[in-house]
Amino acid sequence: MPAELSRHETGHRDAGSDASAAIEFRGVGKSFGEIVAVQEIDLSVPHHSRIGIVGPSGGGKSTLLQIIAGLMEPDTGEVFVEGATSAADRLARCALMPQRDLLLPWRSALDNAGIALENRGVSRSEARKRTRPLFERFGLAKFEDVSPGQLSGGMRQRVAFLRTLMAEKDVLLLDEPFGALDSITRAEMQGWLVRAMDEVPKTVLLVTHDVEEALLLSRMVVVLSARPGRVVRILPVDHQPGGSRREVVTSPEFVSLKEQALEALES
Amino acid sequence: MTGTTKDETRPKQSRATSGKDGSARPRLYLTRYGPAVLITIAGIALWQVIIWLGHVPEYLIPSPSEIAADMKTDWPVLEPALLVTLKEILIGFLISAAAGVGLAVVLHMSNTLRRAFYPILIGSQTVPIVVLAPILVIIFGYGILPKLIIVALICFFPIVVNGVDGLRSVDEDLIQMMRTLHGTRWSIFKRVEFPAALPSFFSGMRIAATFAAIGAVFGEWSGSSQGLGYVMLAATPNLLTARIFAAIVFLTAVALMLFGVVSLLERILVPWAPKGTAQ
Repeated sequence: MPAELSRHETGHRDAGSDASAAIEFRGVGKSFGEIVAVQEIDLSVPHHSRIGIVGPSGGGKSTLLQIIAGLMEPDTGEVFVEGATSAADRLARCALMPQRDLLLPWRSALDNAGIALENRGVSRSEARKRTRPLFERFGLAKFEDVSPGQLSGGMRQRVAFLRTLMAEKDVLLLDEPFGALDSITRAEMQGWLVRAMDEVPKTVLLVTHDVEEALLLSRMVVVLSARPGRVVRILPVDHQPGGSRREVVTSPEFVSLKEQALEALES
Repeated sequence: MTGTTKDETRPKQSRATSGKDGSARPRLYLTRYGPAVLITIAGIALWQVIIWLGHVPEYLIPSPSEIAADMKTDWPVLEPALLVTLKEILIGFLISAAAGVGLAVVLHMSNTLRRAFYPILIGSQTVPIVVLAPILVIIFGYGILPKLIIVALICFFPIVVNGVDGLRSVDEDLIQMMRTLHGTRWSIFKRVEFPAALPSFFSGMRIAATFAAIGAVFGEWSGSSQGLGYVMLAATPNLLTARIFAAIVFLTAVALMLFGVVSLLERILVPWAPKGTAQ
């Protein structure tokens, strides 16, 4: 991707990392005391791809996201995000959407979504002006001035996703974004998220314990083992776009992928 | 923030608007304040009856009716005293609120300062104010200053401790998320930590509001020529017991009023506060 290459800031020492990768892990390991969370992770995530990471609970999935985001340093190995390797530089390139929506009750939905702009020194009125069009585009019109407590779970997650988007970072890290939703709302939100991600191309890393969700939302699924988390399988996902959710989920390709992922999880 | 997630994607009906139609309000007040008013009236009535039946002399324990009568006849003495003490309480409380919030913020922002000052802060609370008060009077004289210092000394501690706790107990996930959203130390403080800690600051201030009256009287007892504390002190050797009680009634009223104002301010400034804290 030559177009992507030129966007790289030359000021950073690339240390020979694969410049075409948005995120690259090299022998990454992290322990908390006696507990080894992740071990020997080698992984390369191309630009503007969508990767789903599935693994059992407590398998170090969230740890991986925190390491990528520069909120945590690995004990061993190196992580590159867009060629940058220091924690501060990684932090500058990643936006994190946590499992709980964590919307601030003292801000309206609109002001919650625009908080990253205000953090960058943009005035509140300007932040509102820039955030408002996204509310219309992503099915939140008329809910701009509503306080988060008055929104439903699905709506709250939409606002939380827009908030992540408004940080205008190239890498989005989604940590079980729909884990707290019921299955019907969840299915609806998955469709919404796919459309949203199609509209705004970013490198997206999605962590989930739901194999089906990972297959639906990403173009590549990485299966992690139970603690200590290691990569046990990488599955490229290429089911045809379009078609209803039912058609996709019941297609032979999808069923086969799901079987492979579940098998990898059991191993 | 409470972590409750609703199932439907449709927006919920606003609870706030449906509960605000005027007719529900008087009833709400009745259920909220009714029991307290009732028990107070019952207590006063019981007190009155016991004094009557026991023929207790007024200089020993005055009955509520005698106290009420005294509040009227002694008003010329009590009114200026009330104003002096009210001033001490209000200014002292404001100083402690400003100092308390400021100190809590400083201690929160700097680990070094927190480590340096927190032990001193706690140590300062073990110094008996009873002993300190006369010394302050020796240093600063009979004016308002030593009273303000004593009120502030008693009041700022619960504000600082509650504030520091509130600032520190902000959800770590929230702070991490803010860091990935261009959040600097200052913007995280301004947009997340401080608003999140406001309910804690207010609960510290509510405690402080009840201490302020005690502080002012303490200050006056240690050396003064006016104020409700002085009136009580002067009335004691003359066995003007009803006047002492009248002063106590006023003092309690001031403390309750301050408490009410702080609670009201909280309800206006922190509408998102968890229910049950502001009463």
